Amino acid sequence: MSTASLAAPAAIVEGRLVSVSRVRGLGAFLVLLAAVAAVPLGLGTRAGVQAAFDFADPPAIDLGILHMPVRAVCVALGVVTALLGAWLLAGRQRRGTYLVFTAGVLLFLWAFLTWVARNNDLSFTQLLAETMVSATPLVYGSLSGVMCERAGVVNIAIEGQFLAGAFLGAMIGSATGVLWLGLVAGGLSGAVLGALLAFLALRYGADQIIVGVVIVAFCTGLTNFLTEQVLSNHQNLNAGATFGTWAIPGLARIPVLGPVLFHQNVFFYLAAVLLVVIHVGLFRTRWGLRVRAVGEHPRAAATVGIHVLRVRYRNVILGGVIAGIGGASFTVGSIGEFSAGMTAGLGYVALAAMIFGRWRPFGALSAALLFGFAVSLQSFLAVLGVNIPSPFLSMAPYVITIAVVAGLVGRVRPPGADGVPYSPE
Amino acid sequence: MRLELAGVTKRFGSLVANDHVDLTVEAGEIHCLLGENGAGKSTLMNVLFGLQRADEGEIRVDGAPVRFADPGDAIAHGIGMVHQHFMLVPVFTAADNVVLGFEPTRSGGFLDREKAREDIRRLSSEFGLEVDPDAVVEDLPVGLQQRVEILKALHRDANLLILDEPTAVLTPQETESLFAIMRGLKETGRSILFITHKLKEVLAVADRITVMRLGRVVGTTTPAGSGEHVLASMMVGRDVELVVHKDDAQPGSPVLQLEGLTVTDERGVTVIDAVDLEVRAGEIVALAGVQGNGQTELAEALLGLTQPSSGRILLDGKDITRATPREALRAGIAYIPEDRQAEGLVLDMSIADNLVLDVHDRPPFAHRGARDLTAVRESGEHKLQEFDIRARSAEVPVGTLSGGNQQKVVVARELSRPVRLLVASQPTRGLDVGSIEYVHRRIVEERDKGVAVLLVSSELDEILALGDRVAVMYRGAIVGVVPPTTGRDRIGLMMAGAGVPA
Repeated sequence: MSTASLAAPAAIVEGRLVSVSRVRGLGAFLVLLAAVAAVPLGLGTRAGVQAAFDFADPPAIDLGILHMPVRAVCVALGVVTALLGAWLLAGRQRRGTYLVFTAGVLLFLWAFLTWVARNNDLSFTQLLAETMVSATPLVYGSLSGVMCERAGVVNIAIEGQFLAGAFLGAMIGSATGVLWLGLVAGGLSGAVLGALLAFLALRYGADQIIVGVVIVAFCTGLTNFLTEQVLSNHQNLNAGATFGTWAIPGLARIPVLGPVLFHQNVFFYLAAVLLVVIHVGLFRTRWGLRVRAVGEHPRAAATVGIHVLRVRYRNVILGGVIAGIGGASFTVGSIGEFSAGMTAGLGYVALAAMIFGRWRPFGALSAALLFGFAVSLQSFLAVLGVNIPSPFLSMAPYVITIAVVAGLVGRVRPPGADGVPYSPE
Repeated sequence: MRLELAGVTKRFGSLVANDHVDLTVEAGEIHCLLGENGAGKSTLMNVLFGLQRADEGEIRVDGAPVRFADPGDAIAHGIGMVHQHFMLVPVFTAADNVVLGFEPTRSGGFLDREKAREDIRRLSSEFGLEVDPDAVVEDLPVGLQQRVEILKALHRDANLLILDEPTAVLTPQETESLFAIMRGLKETGRSILFITHKLKEVLAVADRITVMRLGRVVGTTTPAGSGEHVLASMMVGRDVELVVHKDDAQPGSPVLQLEGLTVTDERGVTVIDAVDLEVRAGEIVALAGVQGNGQTELAEALLGLTQPSSGRILLDGKDITRATPREALRAGIAYIPEDRQAEGLVLDMSIADNLVLDVHDRPPFAHRGARDLTAVRESGEHKLQEFDIRARSAEVPVGTLSGGNQQKVVVARELSRPVRLLVASQPTRGLDVGSIEYVHRRIVEERDKGVAVLLVSSELDEILALGDRVAVMYRGAIVGVVPPTTGRDRIGLMMAGAGVPA
């Protein structure tokens, strides 16, 4: 690293390192997608078959139904995608690689959705709205990760904070009948677990990964036990009430965007606010500058009089609050009832999203949206009766996440002191 | 500002790092604190800057006693420190680094980056420290990074600046310009405490000199009242030889030949750029250059620790470009790595085991897959004698030894094989004068036995004292190979990228 200043590598694209072979690989993948779009989807469909995209969703203005000829659309999109792939394969230009690749993938998805909706009705707006709902917990999880790791503490306990938040959110919400208290209880449970992680990691310098894994195991066991022993015997503690949606006056009437962004529940709006606040906070305020300094080079921060451990405690506990609220969104935010293991490893997926997003809130958001889209697409396919066994369908979001994180990210650089204990002397 | 330390004592367990240290820095003077590595200079500065707490003694600023619980207190009293290992966040801009901890803000805690830039421009022009406020620190050369460190201290209105070994990473020209900056700061009435172990620099810049040895102050003097020899004797506690005695080299046939050697790191940056170099039997080729110009990578490529992307490495005419480290060692390369604790030794293992790390699996130390511990121990005790390693026995963990004795263990292991080429990377870094003399003598002895020696060092004194030829590296390439009689200034310019003198 001492030679970092010698020459700027020519291959940094949008802050990531991209080698020529990776660009070619992405290009080849696009060509493959193009072939799928054009041949089995396009030519495999009889001419004259129409797909219907339904844009009628309350409370938005009704745009009616858009009909498209499946064969023509799929073949046309396939050709365009193939051209984009060929451009990448030529590999002469590395700038704009990800932009081209993303465009290609979106075109393929368009073709795919057209094919899915053949002889059928597909509510595009609803697909996107459900994407948002599925992405929301991941946004909380990855924001929690950003808060902790930007200050130099690895929080792998997010899955546990999710479970605790979901459980307590459902129980307190049901017991008191006040859903807001459920949300607060979720945040508090995350705070307690965050404080535990911080205490063990910062006070005793314990390995942060191990402490995190132990917290997850503890939360899994405890919530399983309490679900079996308490909730199953007292249905009134797991009543399943959820926050309703709020339509934001005016904005909710915008076609497509309205139902997707402005007709959601409190967890969605809170996530959006946190996203902006944390982003601005980290990169524009004194607080953020100090947090990042502590995460990158704690000794340098200490030598200008910043209290490293104090900053870390505060951020890990705040990160816990965020993950706990994210946990509550699983119950009082969407499904209502708590069931054992309902977070299904999403705490880890959130960490993957954070890494994909290079420890930036909006970067993590893009990964969360991708995952959310895969989840909602999968449930649409199941409803439309596509001939794929359901275990494979429910696996798809995870497979896509792994493919994206492993294949697309390239080398990313975590905060310099991420996971490294700090001792003043 | 006038600073007084009175009877400052700092203990670490049974070790007394600072033993009743008295030191006074007057307003507007450059005061040098001179001492070997391990003399207690850094501990004293950490105490002074509030990073560590003294066990006894008093610190007075302008006559009033003060207590520093943390660096924030020291800064509040007008003390600024430029650390040996820069305390800069590599991914931040220069401006963000300078204001960190004392950020100008608008209402709501928002950073006022415009004011930060203005502050830096003002300080830059006032003290002649030009730096682009928006440059990211890790992209800056070390000389400029140091300016950012100095600006950081000035931004906090430091009246006393502590510079901890500031010249270790600078070229001779950068050192000169640092001295000019220091004199300029002195003119404004600020005091400077300059910590170093380099005698020439002390004599060039100091108003007064305090010498430390083994945690104690041995005396205070002035440049006029002393010379290099006097200072060296005070520092070491006995009469020392400042020159290395060696006869002219008798170079034989080429042992190491590099042909267009090129190495690319994992980020795709060329760190070794088409290097051609020849080292003959019985000569020392000294590789000079500011740290981070590819010297480390070159040594690692020779050992097979990294794979070159093109070019060839020949040892006695045999191609070893693709050799693994084990093959390279068995082909006759001895290697003294630059970080003996991380790369040269396994600190928790015994001296005896460390001495056979390279041959532990072959006779006489192992037979049919079983180690012969008696042979290892006996060989260890024998090596303690032969290489003058000061330890209770060969069974103690090598990590308990002093730096000098640790280095002797590395040297003993590496020179116990049949050696054709000795690659010594920063072999005396952090050692006391006695150990430096020892290592230098061993290197010259190997040369005289007909071994080819490639010495990598960032200390120009060492390069000039030992090298029979001097190769200067800059940005991964060799800018020229010159005799050691070429002037320091000329070599200094080459270290900054200038071509070979005509």
